[in-house]
Amino acid sequence: MTISLRGLTKVFPGGVRALDSLDLDIGEGEFFALLGPSGCGKTTLLRTIAGLETPTSGTVAIGGADVTALPPGRRDVAMVFQDYALFPHMDVTANIAYPLRIKKVPRARREAAAAEVAGRLSLSELLGRRPAQLSGGQQQRVALARAIACRPQVFLFDEPLSNLDARLRLEARTFLKRLQDDLGVTTVFVTHDQSEALALAHRIAVMDAGRIAQVGTPAEIFRRPATTFVASFIGSTPMNLLPGRVAGGTLRVAGAVLPAPSGLPDGEEIVYGVRPEYAELSPIPRDDAFAGAVTVLENLGTSTLVTLEGGGQDGDLLVQVVVPEGEEPPVGTSAWAVPHTGRALVYHGDRLAGPG
Amino acid sequence: MNAVRHVLGRLASAAFLALVVGFFALPMLWLATAPFDATPSITVSVPEFTLANFRAILDNPYALGSIGNSLIQAGGAAVIVVVLAALAAYALSRVRVPGRDALLYVLLLLSSVVTGTAAMVPIFELATRLNLVDTHIGVILVVSGGLLPAAIFILKDFMDATPTSYEESARVFGASPLQILRHIVVPVVRPGLATIAVWAMASVWGGFLMQYILLRDPAKSPSAVILYTLYTEGGQPNLDLISTFSLLYSLPVVLMYLFVSGRYGFRFHGGIKQ
Amino acid sequence: MNTDAAGLGRGRAVTFVLPALVLIGVFLVFPALWTVYLGLTDYRLTGLAAADPQVVGAGNYTAALGDERFQRSLWLSVQYVLGSAIIGQAGLGFAIAWTMRGRRGPVRRIVEGLVLLSWILPSSVVAFLWIALLDRDGGTLNVLLGTPGAAWLLDHPMLSIIVFNTWRGTAFSMMLYAAALENVPPSHLETARLAGASTFQQLRDVVLPRIKGHILTNMLLISLWTFNDFTPFLITAGGPEGRSEILPFYVYTTALRGGQLGFGAAVSFLILLINLVFALAYLRLLRNRDRDLREAVA
Repeated sequence: MTISLRGLTKVFPGGVRALDSLDLDIGEGEFFALLGPSGCGKTTLLRTIAGLETPTSGTVAIGGADVTALPPGRRDVAMVFQDYALFPHMDVTANIAYPLRIKKVPRARREAAAAEVAGRLSLSELLGRRPAQLSGGQQQRVALARAIACRPQVFLFDEPLSNLDARLRLEARTFLKRLQDDLGVTTVFVTHDQSEALALAHRIAVMDAGRIAQVGTPAEIFRRPATTFVASFIGSTPMNLLPGRVAGGTLRVAGAVLPAPSGLPDGEEIVYGVRPEYAELSPIPRDDAFAGAVTVLENLGTSTLVTLEGGGQDGDLLVQVVVPEGEEPPVGTSAWAVPHTGRALVYHGDRLAGPG
Repeated sequence: MNAVRHVLGRLASAAFLALVVGFFALPMLWLATAPFDATPSITVSVPEFTLANFRAILDNPYALGSIGNSLIQAGGAAVIVVVLAALAAYALSRVRVPGRDALLYVLLLLSSVVTGTAAMVPIFELATRLNLVDTHIGVILVVSGGLLPAAIFILKDFMDATPTSYEESARVFGASPLQILRHIVVPVVRPGLATIAVWAMASVWGGFLMQYILLRDPAKSPSAVILYTLYTEGGQPNLDLISTFSLLYSLPVVLMYLFVSGRYGFRFHGGIKQ
Repeated sequence: MNTDAAGLGRGRAVTFVLPALVLIGVFLVFPALWTVYLGLTDYRLTGLAAADPQVVGAGNYTAALGDERFQRSLWLSVQYVLGSAIIGQAGLGFAIAWTMRGRRGPVRRIVEGLVLLSWILPSSVVAFLWIALLDRDGGTLNVLLGTPGAAWLLDHPMLSIIVFNTWRGTAFSMMLYAAALENVPPSHLETARLAGASTFQQLRDVVLPRIKGHILTNMLLISLWTFNDFTPFLITAGGPEGRSEILPFYVYTTALRGGQLGFGAAVSFLILLINLVFALAYLRLLRNRDRDLREAVA
């Protein structure tokens, strides 16, 4: 089922504008992530698709049919909540079978269906237990099973992995991706964790202040973030974003002279973006590099994050570079960070003007 | 020096606790011994054990009936208080009605200001005009009105502490509001409902003033009032009857408190007892 | 953020709240308001004024305030509240909670159990237990003290009901103070002890400042309850000769026994006003504490 949102706006009674005339299309069978910092409106958007929130204006269509006025129970969606919302007084079977109980499926049939779904998620041993007797990972699978049992057109997951501890989270991530592949049902999930969105989703919408900053595949979003907000939000180490100016067909950024993309008039202010992974350190001065003193070394395991301090006119710019194991410069020495110009991004008026 | 002071301190606190135990136990000793004493007197004494005194309850024309009346009135009030307070608390907890906080504030204020003592005159007058004097329903309605504000307050606390995602989850699966209430909300807040039910039962069971004012007919009176008439009406008090009846009448309250504190832990609420 | 989790809707929400509000309105709010009107009339239970009550304005109030019996009742009520609630219940409750702090096991369970039991037993039962205890001829107290024939209830009626109500109501103060004392961080007491503070100094400098709010809350609540307490009526009925006739008994005897409903309502209204002062002070305290909490969090 496709989902399309048109001009969606949600203003809460307090005057908070959680969604701001938002348009979005989600394709059939897509695994779609809503990504953003807390308060960006991603959860409100998910709840509006579910029907738990009524939009102030705009429409929600599922499978081509306008469902804006339909109550949540008639939209044929299933939602997994952040806290799983497993009913504490029902055992696993009764929890999984609950959607079928609402649909008036006879007890024997719904229990058989629950057992079948539970079997697929390796929950067969736990059918008689109460939620309080389950581990976090088991609870999450019961919540998924309950959503699957009602065979919805669309799955909605609110931060599906955030209640799991770090190690379990990786395992559950792989499991979730395989499950969505198998089921092939359109799935929208909310997350604040960019690595989770990159790993799971076919496409991602990055949200900021009730609007969509960028929609794209994980590769597009990672390689070509459309705005500096997206650029700073995506990536496990934050991107270097350095102010600069266009001068005579080149860019002057923190003392470095770098090639400029075409079409930018002389004298314009720009922001030069380069990921720490897409720069290298030079021990000798270079024109196309940012100069600074090595102040901090952070070991990332197979590599090291090096912080250079002292670029720019005021000498207060920080530039970070990831260097391979064993190539760390000593703290206190001078070094030059050389951006890979093919991977660098130039933002003009907060829009991507092209690779540097 | 310090060790001496420490020992003296321990001795003083032990002596104080012994005095406390004595003070609180002394009046209750009679209730523990007299019912089983072959010749009960007003003085506490080691009983010459017998259960024959309990026959006195059967011989009195009103004693057993009054237990039934207490049950009807306490049970009726508990049902009304639990049902009405739960509905109100649920709506107030889940739906944002304008003026909700002010309403709750006024309710809390009212429940502590308008006590039976302060309102006995108008309540008696009101019950007379509504023909509620000498009826069970009169007692039930009047005491329920007094218990409801605190009950709503306590239950709203319970409801507020329950995540809304349970209800939202059921709603996405298509459950109607009444199904959500029946399948999810009531079972989840059951400890709160039980606490309120026991609390309402216990306060009406032990309550005296309203029942005393609203009931003239001994055939309708609850045990609280009948027991009082047993020791205030003229003549030599019948100690067989008073002792056994007191014990029988006290037992349910004690059991209810034990049940609540054993099952749910003794939740400490300001106005749990009036 | 979320305004209606179960999709109840305003209409159903109002239907849910209404029955409770109606019952509270009819049997709690209306009587309170009606008291104001009744207090301005010469309404009586029987006779001419019962059929056709006249508005007498503030007459009942001036009559009550000028009535020596009313003045005595008010004074006895003040003694009753100060003696049994503030000194008796709060004092004994705190002493027990303090002595038992940190104590576990059977002693604590026995003490708490007995104190609680005296709180939960029905009024008519405990009233008779005290009548028996204080009985002139065979009362256990006289047997214990070797003072046969001492008529406690006749010679010292106020003292008797004050001690009775201390016995009856200490449980609440004890539990509240026990909870409050558990919230005093042990590290603070240890710091004071390391500095060489005596038990009294620890109490004054560490404990009291931390539980000030609880003390005030407790005082207000138990004063309000004690002021409205009707239970000792079952023991002395206000006698002998009105020497234990606290305000609740005064209203009962004049209005419901004596039939002067208008006059009784006027006195009831005065009680309501006094209750209101206590309750407003209490709610203000609660609000301040909420605000302090919010500020502490923010």
